[in-house]
Amino acid sequence: MAIISVDSLWKEFSVPKRRKGFFGGIASLFSREYLTKIALDHVSFQINEGELVGYIGPNGAGKSTTVKILSGILVPNGGQVKVMGRTPWEHRIETVKEIGVIFGQRTQLWWDLPAIESFELLKEIYHISDSVYKRSLESLVEALELSRLLEIPVRQLSLGQRMRCDIAASLLHEPKILFLDEPTIGLDAVSKIAVRDFIRKLNKERKVTIMLTTHDMDDIESLCSRVLILNEGKIFLDGSLSTLRKKMAPERRLIVDLIHDQEWISDPQATVIKQDGQRIWLSFDPSLISTQAMITRVTSKYSIRDLYVENPPVEEIIARFYQDVNL
Amino acid sequence: MKAYSAVLKARLSVLLQYRSAALAGLAAQVFWGFIKVMILEAFYAQSGNSEPLTLAQATTFIWLGQAFLQLIPWNIDKELEQQIKTGNVAYELLRPLDLYFFWFFRAVAMRLVPALMRSLPLFLFAGLAYALPPPVSLTAALSFIFSLSAAILLSSAITTLVIISLFWTISGEGIQRLLPHITLLLSGMTVPLPLFPNWMQPFLNLQPFRGIIDIPSRIYVGIIPSQEVFYYIGFQFAWFLFFVLAGRWLLKRAIKRFVVLGG
Repeated sequence: MAIISVDSLWKEFSVPKRRKGFFGGIASLFSREYLTKIALDHVSFQINEGELVGYIGPNGAGKSTTVKILSGILVPNGGQVKVMGRTPWEHRIETVKEIGVIFGQRTQLWWDLPAIESFELLKEIYHISDSVYKRSLESLVEALELSRLLEIPVRQLSLGQRMRCDIAASLLHEPKILFLDEPTIGLDAVSKIAVRDFIRKLNKERKVTIMLTTHDMDDIESLCSRVLILNEGKIFLDGSLSTLRKKMAPERRLIVDLIHDQEWISDPQATVIKQDGQRIWLSFDPSLISTQAMITRVTSKYSIRDLYVENPPVEEIIARFYQDVNL
Repeated sequence: MKAYSAVLKARLSVLLQYRSAALAGLAAQVFWGFIKVMILEAFYAQSGNSEPLTLAQATTFIWLGQAFLQLIPWNIDKELEQQIKTGNVAYELLRPLDLYFFWFFRAVAMRLVPALMRSLPLFLFAGLAYALPPPVSLTAALSFIFSLSAAILLSSAITTLVIISLFWTISGEGIQRLLPHITLLLSGMTVPLPLFPNWMQPFLNLQPFRGIIDIPSRIYVGIIPSQEVFYYIGFQFAWFLFFVLAGRWLLKRAIKRFVVLGG
């Protein structure tokens, strides 16, 4: 059952066009020209209950616009959207009761108050019953290790601590759907892993449907089975991470540590992409030559201390994709 | 309703943290109170005619104005201003609340807290230094409290409307420069409204800002007799209703037209 369904969603913004120079500025006082910018160009996708989907794309691709429409705060120019069977912008208040939203770059907690007071305010705002509140607070405090943070004014928390409190705040009302907008931005390695583990558990154990927007490819790689790539308002790819790999970067990498210095490898079906001392990175296409044959050939020709094979990192695939589409 | 009272309560506890600001404000208001009373005394000593207020009544007006200065809608909520400027206001819509009343109760807290923190000590002080008389009767005292509550609602609705207007002006600079002058003058805070020239009285009697300091003060000193109190409190509520409806209407339009954000 699709919990979110989006059908040819269309959203455009008109931005006043700035004219150049002093006289241009004066002319703008009297008549304004508008440029129409298409933010979402017939976007369609469906998300099933319990999925964890990565929603990625370069800055300005329309990711936040989509999330805002799905949560009912922005009205599109066309298309059909159903979130749990409702059109979000027509039923904003009912829709936002069922969803949680976390923005990595801002906090929903009250800056001057301890987090627990924000939680109690949210309890009233969402009409959470005492028993549900107690249950969900207990489980969140345990899972996110908040017990020592709740009484401290939010402004005194570190970014990682604040993010954990923010995550708890958006889950108190036990939403069925969670939108995460760059939840790991600016966090240190330990906090990042803690946040990722929590997201994974939330999806597995509580079956919360999650849509994750991020620029951190480690987030995607460790969490998402499915990715949606958006570019210039259009869905570029909707599929698994391996589909993305096949489409964007079919090649394999063979990394070789040579025994002797300054040796160079040349092979008709492999290209050297990098060399650093005795270590050489080779790239080859597995559809033209099997990995096994490639290794055999290289090891027979050169004296090798160690070698291993890897896929190009997701980071690089995405970067390549962004470059391709923007050229 | 419980959600909104929770918003109010939370705002109260945030604002109660600013105790030193309240103390400084208190000192400034006592100082200004003295100056205004001295000017009035000089003015009354020089004027031969009979004035519409006795000196004692006028002094009471001044001290009531000083005590309830913070009820006047002379400033706006900086946090909300910032939210509208940056577009973060969109995220306020993520709460299952009516945005107008969400903001309205923030405004109530913003008016109530500083007024409460300053008015009681100021009352005590003026009571001792100037022998500030109590309200003329028990009925007047009760009506005064009722009218003051209506003043808080009216003032908060005006504040909320000003905030909503920022959707159109982007920078609130202009309106924030004008606001203190208009509101201080028209509420009767600078000079008690009965002392304005006669030809201005018809206008002064109809404008909404008199509902904030002028009407409660008149009830307190007994210029408004108890049988007319209902008419004046009705006046305050009529303007309150007007500002709520205007604010809601504008906010609805603002959200439809102006929630334009990139990303």
